[in-house]
Amino acid sequence: MSHSTAGVPKPIAGPSAYLDDRLGAGNFLRRNLRKVFPDHWSFLLGEIALYSFIVLLLTGTFLTFFFKPSMEHVIYDGSYEALKGVGMSAAYASALEISFDIRGGLLMRQMHHWAALLFIAGMMVHMLRVFFTGAYRKPRELNWIIGVIMLSLALFEGLTGYSLPDDLLSGAGLRITEGVAISLPLVGTWITFFLFGGEYPGEDIIARFYSLHILLIPGVLLALISAHMILMWVQKHTQMPGKGRTNNNVVGAPFYPAFMAKAGAYFMFTFGVIALLGTFAQINPIWLFGPYTPADISAGSQPDYYMGFLEGSLRLMPSWEINIFGYTLALSVIIPALVPLGIVMTGLALYPFIEQWITGDRREHHVADRPRNNPHRTAIGMAGITFYGLLWLLGANDEISWTFHVSLNWTTYVGRVLIFVGPVIAYIITYRICLGLQRSDAAIIGHGVESGVIKRLPHGEYIEVHVPPAEDIEAHMRGKEPIPMISGVDTEPGGIPPKGLRGPIGKLKAKMSKAYGGEKIPLDDGHGHGPAHDDAGEHAAVGATEDKSITH
Amino acid sequence: MNRITARRRHPLARYAVLLLALGLLGFSYTLVAPTSERADAAIASGRADDVAEGKKLFQQSCASCHGLNAEGIQGRGPTLVGVGAASVDFQVGSGRMPLATLGAQAPRKKPAPWVNEDTIRQLSAYVQSLGGGPTVPTAEQVDPAKGNRAKGGELFRANCIQCHNFVGAGGALTQGKYAPELTEATPTQIYEAMITGPQAMPVFNDSIITPEQKRDMIAYIIGLQHEPNPGGAGLGRIGPVTEGLVLWVVGISLLVLAAIWITAKKRQAQ
Repeated sequence: MSHSTAGVPKPIAGPSAYLDDRLGAGNFLRRNLRKVFPDHWSFLLGEIALYSFIVLLLTGTFLTFFFKPSMEHVIYDGSYEALKGVGMSAAYASALEISFDIRGGLLMRQMHHWAALLFIAGMMVHMLRVFFTGAYRKPRELNWIIGVIMLSLALFEGLTGYSLPDDLLSGAGLRITEGVAISLPLVGTWITFFLFGGEYPGEDIIARFYSLHILLIPGVLLALISAHMILMWVQKHTQMPGKGRTNNNVVGAPFYPAFMAKAGAYFMFTFGVIALLGTFAQINPIWLFGPYTPADISAGSQPDYYMGFLEGSLRLMPSWEINIFGYTLALSVIIPALVPLGIVMTGLALYPFIEQWITGDRREHHVADRPRNNPHRTAIGMAGITFYGLLWLLGANDEISWTFHVSLNWTTYVGRVLIFVGPVIAYIITYRICLGLQRSDAAIIGHGVESGVIKRLPHGEYIEVHVPPAEDIEAHMRGKEPIPMISGVDTEPGGIPPKGLRGPIGKLKAKMSKAYGGEKIPLDDGHGHGPAHDDAGEHAAVGATEDKSITH
Repeated sequence: MNRITARRRHPLARYAVLLLALGLLGFSYTLVAPTSERADAAIASGRADDVAEGKKLFQQSCASCHGLNAEGIQGRGPTLVGVGAASVDFQVGSGRMPLATLGAQAPRKKPAPWVNEDTIRQLSAYVQSLGGGPTVPTAEQVDPAKGNRAKGGELFRANCIQCHNFVGAGGALTQGKYAPELTEATPTQIYEAMITGPQAMPVFNDSIITPEQKRDMIAYIIGLQHEPNPGGAGLGRIGPVTEGLVLWVVGISLLVLAAIWITAKKRQAQ
């Protein structure tokens, strides 16, 4: 870097000048190394996925050295006694070989699997953070869409990955995949025969999944991750509301050296947690499951957790089917396979645009919302989590029934009701909690923080001394903004609404905009005086009328 | 005499004769058959006085549900005529019987204080004497060392895991019933369960699974019980459910803590 070469020793200054002259990197680096990143613990969650992906690439490459993606029939003759002489596919035999006969193979397999689980979990928590803080708002909608696509791809990457060892557990998942494919109207049979190269299970599926799993999907994921990072870099990271933070600046630490050290440390943590789990917690013990034969199925067969919601919806579904002109439409498979997935993924992808449509908000946002300050969004998010979480939970209903000694049938009956009622309850509760938290913020801004100091006045009254909140906390709270509404929703009854709000859809839009937007609990409303103009910040603790306003 | 012969062509007469003949046959059978069977059973399952001792035990501890003569009581307990000594050995030896409370299924528990090898043998002899049935297998029939684990594994996967799970971790069945875990089952109990079909379990008699195959399966199950987990903690060996739980509870929690730690020191705007 030319501007500071004065004190640099020659062996370093020479080559870097050489490189700089040819690559012109100095300028680029000077601009970008000082890039500022805001600090908040939740901003690191996405990095879990990023670093897990790196571990996946490394361990996955190791596994490809020894894995044979072939369904050729072999007789096992490795060192695992309980399967000696058993017929199986070459894929399963090589997965056993990796587990038992290749040095470090089992550790690599386990780290690969744990990293895969962590990869998707990291994406999920990161996505929830982005959702609840409204960080998907303009200009970041496209990056949000990229994220949703990556999540969908990661689910498919996981499915193809855990199917590869061709063990009895993953075979159950493969069978469900076939069932879903064949239940598709009109094209189902054709797609199934195309996918499996003939009658299920055929001899092609492992090799095909292998190509998808190690080449195509990771390639696309890598490209999308790069796009995701570049967009984030160019658009800059959002920041939490706070002192001196606006939509026009970024307050935080520069990439080099502060943020780089933090990110590097976090990579080590992620790697460490994966290694820890891979060493001390057994995952996917395929040797216990046995080789796949379509005739066998085990109790307690579940997919990896990120597929659990599909398993749950399949288990909840009543056995409906329609027969038309000799063709069967298996609603009991096609609905649970496509509807929840569609609701969750489509809902996620469209949410930024739906919110924009309802609020009419076309401004750029670089300051994140606190979840409480947009109660409808937070409540919708919690309803979604409840919907997803219930399906996920009920995917393990047999284990729940077995562990807690409840009737298996009742888990299904209760689940069928809860899946509709639960999200509504979650919505209402979350909405009320958000308003409660807003009130508590308003109380702190309006009255200060309880100091714990009780004072007795000359005439005998006791009061508790309130002190102003800490500067940073107050700034954090004062970052709240009213949620925008479409202009013209407040048209008087009988008045003529603006152009976009006429007709049934327009009226609905106006209604939703009015409900969604606006300021529910204004920070200073009803609290009259801040602690600043209050004499010594004192408030009557008991019996004073003014404090009643906190609980309005 | 005339009165009887006069009605010999009555429409109901043929039924009366049939009934009489059946009654005679049954009566004479009860006179002849039980004595020989009792002796057989006593020889098969222990000494002759075991039957008498077993009957006493039965009337003390079992008769309240199964009836004084093991004929069964509607709504409380089934008849034990013909269930055999193997059933008694399995149910009493694993603590399932006597039942503590009526439920969907009898759970495995610590056997009652009066249960020991002798009392089980006596009780078995008595129940065996009632109507025969499967007997307790010999030690050689259930010796895991003589079985082939790999073959047993294949049979286990084909016949058992749909209820008992891959690793014998057990599983839920309908309406509160369940297939118990096989982690504590002894070789003899596994064999007995297959030939008697306790509770919700079907019977796997010798024509479905030969005694030799049963021994292979026992070898596999006992092998599973003793098999270490090469990959670390087994997490109950039930696969993705506990793995997912560990990931979220341990993995994500650790990383969230790490993130909070790393970002604990914040920069403020100047």
